[in-house]
Amino acid sequence: MAQVTAPSPARPVEVELRPAPPVDLGRAARLGLIGGVAMVLVAATGIVGTFQTRLLIDPILPLGLLFLYLLAFAFGWMAGKPPAALEGFAPARANSRNLVAGALAGALGGLCVGVLAALMSTFDLRGVFVQLSPQLLEILTFGLPLGAAIIAIVAISAVAGAIGAGVHLLPIRLKRSLLPALVWVMMFALFTDLVGQLFAGLSAEFLTDFLFTGRGGALTIVGAITVFIVVFVAYWLLGGRETTLRGRIEAMPRGQRTRFSLIAAAVILIILWFVPKVMGPFVSQVLDTAGIYLLMALGLNIVVGYAGMLDLGYVAFFAVGAYTGAILTSPQSPAFTPQLLLIVAIPFVMIAAALAGLMVATPVIRMRGDYLAIVTLGFGEIARILFNSEWLAPIFGGAQGITNIPDLRIGPLQLSTPQDYFYPIFLVVLIAAYVTYALQNSRWGRAWMAMREDESVAEAMGVNVVTAKLSAFVVGAVLASFGGALFGAQIGSVFPHSFDIVVSVTVLVIIIVGGMGSVPGVALGALVLIVLPNLLREFSQYQFLFYGVLLIVMMLTKPEGFIPSKRRAQELHADELSQDAWLDIYGDKPTTDATTTEPPR
Amino acid sequence: MSEAISVPARPIRSASRVTPVTIFLWGLRIAALAVILYGSYQSISSGRLSGAQWRDLLIFGTSTGSVFALIALGYTMVYGVLRFINFAHGEVFMVGAMMAFYVANGLAATSLWIASPFVSLLIVFIAAMTTSASLAVLLERIAYRPLRNAPRLIPLITSIGASFTIQYLVSGLVGPSTKDFPRMEPLRGTINVAGSLIPTSRVVVIVVTVIVMIALYLFVERTRTGKSMRAVSEDQETAALMGIDVNRTIVTVFAVGGAMAGVAGALWGLVFPSLNYFSGFLPGIKAFTAAVLGGIGNILGAMLGGVSLGVVESIGPSLVLAGYDIPAFSQLKDVVAYAALVMVLIFRPTGILGERLSRDRT
Amino acid sequence: MNDGSRGTPILSLRGVNTHYGPAHILKDVDIDIYPGEMVCLLGGNASGKTTTLKTMLGYVKPSSGAVFLEGENVNDWTTARRVGHGLTMVPENRRLFKRMTVRENLEIGAYLRHRENHGADYDRIFEMFPRVKERLTQRAGTLSGGEQQMVAMGRALMAHPKVLLMDEPSMGLAPLLVAQNFEIIDQINEAGTTVFMVEQNANMALSIADRGYVLQTGRIVLNDTSQGLLANPQMRQAYLGELEN
Repeated sequence: MAQVTAPSPARPVEVELRPAPPVDLGRAARLGLIGGVAMVLVAATGIVGTFQTRLLIDPILPLGLLFLYLLAFAFGWMAGKPPAALEGFAPARANSRNLVAGALAGALGGLCVGVLAALMSTFDLRGVFVQLSPQLLEILTFGLPLGAAIIAIVAISAVAGAIGAGVHLLPIRLKRSLLPALVWVMMFALFTDLVGQLFAGLSAEFLTDFLFTGRGGALTIVGAITVFIVVFVAYWLLGGRETTLRGRIEAMPRGQRTRFSLIAAAVILIILWFVPKVMGPFVSQVLDTAGIYLLMALGLNIVVGYAGMLDLGYVAFFAVGAYTGAILTSPQSPAFTPQLLLIVAIPFVMIAAALAGLMVATPVIRMRGDYLAIVTLGFGEIARILFNSEWLAPIFGGAQGITNIPDLRIGPLQLSTPQDYFYPIFLVVLIAAYVTYALQNSRWGRAWMAMREDESVAEAMGVNVVTAKLSAFVVGAVLASFGGALFGAQIGSVFPHSFDIVVSVTVLVIIIVGGMGSVPGVALGALVLIVLPNLLREFSQYQFLFYGVLLIVMMLTKPEGFIPSKRRAQELHADELSQDAWLDIYGDKPTTDATTTEPPR
Repeated sequence: MSEAISVPARPIRSASRVTPVTIFLWGLRIAALAVILYGSYQSISSGRLSGAQWRDLLIFGTSTGSVFALIALGYTMVYGVLRFINFAHGEVFMVGAMMAFYVANGLAATSLWIASPFVSLLIVFIAAMTTSASLAVLLERIAYRPLRNAPRLIPLITSIGASFTIQYLVSGLVGPSTKDFPRMEPLRGTINVAGSLIPTSRVVVIVVTVIVMIALYLFVERTRTGKSMRAVSEDQETAALMGIDVNRTIVTVFAVGGAMAGVAGALWGLVFPSLNYFSGFLPGIKAFTAAVLGGIGNILGAMLGGVSLGVVESIGPSLVLAGYDIPAFSQLKDVVAYAALVMVLIFRPTGILGERLSRDRT
Repeated sequence: MNDGSRGTPILSLRGVNTHYGPAHILKDVDIDIYPGEMVCLLGGNASGKTTTLKTMLGYVKPSSGAVFLEGENVNDWTTARRVGHGLTMVPENRRLFKRMTVRENLEIGAYLRHRENHGADYDRIFEMFPRVKERLTQRAGTLSGGEQQMVAMGRALMAHPKVLLMDEPSMGLAPLLVAQNFEIIDQINEAGTTVFMVEQNANMALSIADRGYVLQTGRIVLNDTSQGLLANPQMRQAYLGELEN
């Protein structure tokens, strides 16, 4: 602390940095208890039990318990994180105290699980909590007697927490090699089918046999170590050179850079061309779904990410696209059967979606952000109920929906398998990505972003807010309707229950995780959030729980997403800056106290 | 035209000018009115429902609306202090209802349930209130407090995440199956109120709501904590300067709002005995509508808005939709509620008793 | 000024430096306020006046140096605790709770003294501002500007302040009201309350204050009695609107 003890008029002027405060053990304890609650919930919602049968690394690492102790690791990591460096303070350095904090957090988390185990062995809680079965108790206690089991759980959690905290102590180059290596091992272990399929597609089945217990089996210990070493060495040799590469690309003269991007695009296209052939029908189906979600996400990205309007009823446009496509192409459509080709029907689908977009957008033009969100949610739900209703069943088929939608035909090409659909879907995705990317730097794009930042100012600067809002909704609606039409054709039928609010929220999660306003971010979001849960079949029942938690965590820690658009990140961080230093009238502690969230940078 | 014009090209908020948008909105207004009037005329003149049936619908609507009103309090109070829509509040209600179900189920196995229904109900209410209040406080602490100064859509998105999280946590913890609230004998009969027979459970709902509302009103208007809540909702910085602990006051607001949702949850069990993890979503949206209808931030407005919405929702389908001979019009009950939501937000965002909270801080 | 003969300052800043992100706002600021005084802090826009107040109240924590309340280092105290120990601020533009009645506004002023009897406080305030008594049950938002100012001062007095911090009392008021307002402040100071006032209107502030500090880009550049400052040529030129001829 500064050497100020009492007011003395003639104090020499000296400004020096205060030493950084040490890791807060009280905070670590609090985090540990929160982590404990999370661990108990993971056990009690059945996640541990469901995933226990899945062996990550044969025979030592079942996924269920790994989830549990990964939480201890994560909370240890948080507890052991050195406090953010603040102006006027010396930067903090991690030391053994950080390890203690991590271990403390982990141990407390483990203790909560121990308490759960004790409760389970004393009472039968299944009357309320359906998942707390004796099997789960057996898993949690490793089959040990209760006392020993509790000690074991606490010890393992403490170690996991300490390891989590230890990450902060690693030299940066080691950290940058170790973490990717672990992640890759996890990927190989989790997505055995995908990896197996990939090797089969590349006629490299010998790799499958080498790394896994068999085709479709789990990763072996040898396999895990091999993957670990290969990735570790690769990253170690790379040694942070990927940033230099990026710098070199950015430093290229304009023409060279364009050429480089063209080559990169060509390479990506060629890879995409081979993806369905290599991956087979199952993975292709998953990728098709991801593509359709990506299309919607690109559309919603315009409405939310560019124009700043939170549309919670976005699924309605998807539904309009699907139903318009179905009515115009299917022979089973109840009211009206023109039986057009989908290609021919597409302009009508677009018109219908644009009209729907206008209908939703016009009344909400003068509405504030949060009310707009709720009204669009209302519109979305009205659309779903109407599609489902008996009243409109003569047009939309009610709960039975519309079936027998013919497959997409382009000239002589008749598509039928998921692999076939991959191409039109990704063609449309690429076009949509290009369009949204181009729009970003267009007059419209600038108008949207000005409006997002401050509507009144934008209007005063001559932006026509009415047109800007309507156009954002219409473009978003049209993109979603493409997705809907392709979805209907691919599945062969449309049912009202496919257009639930969860679809809207899923799309929202995609753009938030990826980064609002950022096209590459949205692509990554769709890939991770749709492909991964679909490949991990056990995961599907916890998918929405995961999305919910992810939304909260992202908003709390990284509201700009993983691949943020530059401008958006600046906006959000400008707020953070003012939040940290000035306007914090809530803080229990004065502002530059080291427990505040982020470094003000 | 270049967009780099530095002078306003036209006056901001040209409300008086006739634009295509205003024409569209007026068209919408007139069309909605025409649909409602014609439908009502048709169904009333057809005499399909008797006076007694209308009265039953009215009572049904009032009691359902009372529950909406109790939930709406949570939205309105939180909006009052933090200016954000706590989307997860419907889930706070659902968790209270779940708790009420489990406690009631436990009690129904004992003799207390039959011997002293009043005490049993009291226990159920207290359990539900405590659970919901704790959940609301927990949400505030974990999800909303770190975001107090964030751009306003961020806490809203967080609350959507919280809503999903709670729904699927509950589904995972207690299973996705639908639970049936145990019957309580004394509530199964009817009570003669001014010559008409009304189901006892409905009367209980209305009476409990009125008592709770009066208690809350006195709490907010008369007590020191209540005054600090009002001060914080008007001006947090100044309230802090007066020595009011803003954080604690906000926690109190969440706790009180949560407790009201807990009461609503227990009452819900008495009227609509089936319950699952998704049961909070629709009542939540409707209660939000009620809060806006009454004027968000306004506690009396929440009551008024809740009852109006309940009545509209219960009479609306029979009054308007039946007039058009729509098959299975009860399927469209929620459309009526959503249409009310959309119409209220579009045409009267300040609500019946609005204090123009919704206009400022745009 | 600091002759040490007046005992412990009631409130003082000692070598305070504050940072806002990378920006260095206050630089080695020393301020002493002794019981019974009226001290003003003068300075232009962005000179750090508001930061000084925020530092005193604990919204901003100094990166070095400290705030002392009656000789005690209060750096680690929360704002609420400082308010509870007699640091009361009248914010810029009055900031009454407009939807609450005048009585409720006064009650909120005594929020931390809820266990005491407030009868004498009301009497004192009604004596000072008889108009307030007539308006007790009215909503504060319906009062005239001058009446609102009285209520704001009354609300602050309800807290029994040891030091009354005033943020720009002349801001946003019509000239007539400014004069009236300063009269009220003077009256309160006469009645024994220590006042620390942050102000841009140097003439007005120095006409009633005992002493003044002048803050320029985060540094105290002048520190003298009001007469001294009014006579200071540098001061006259920079802040008192007298141009060099």
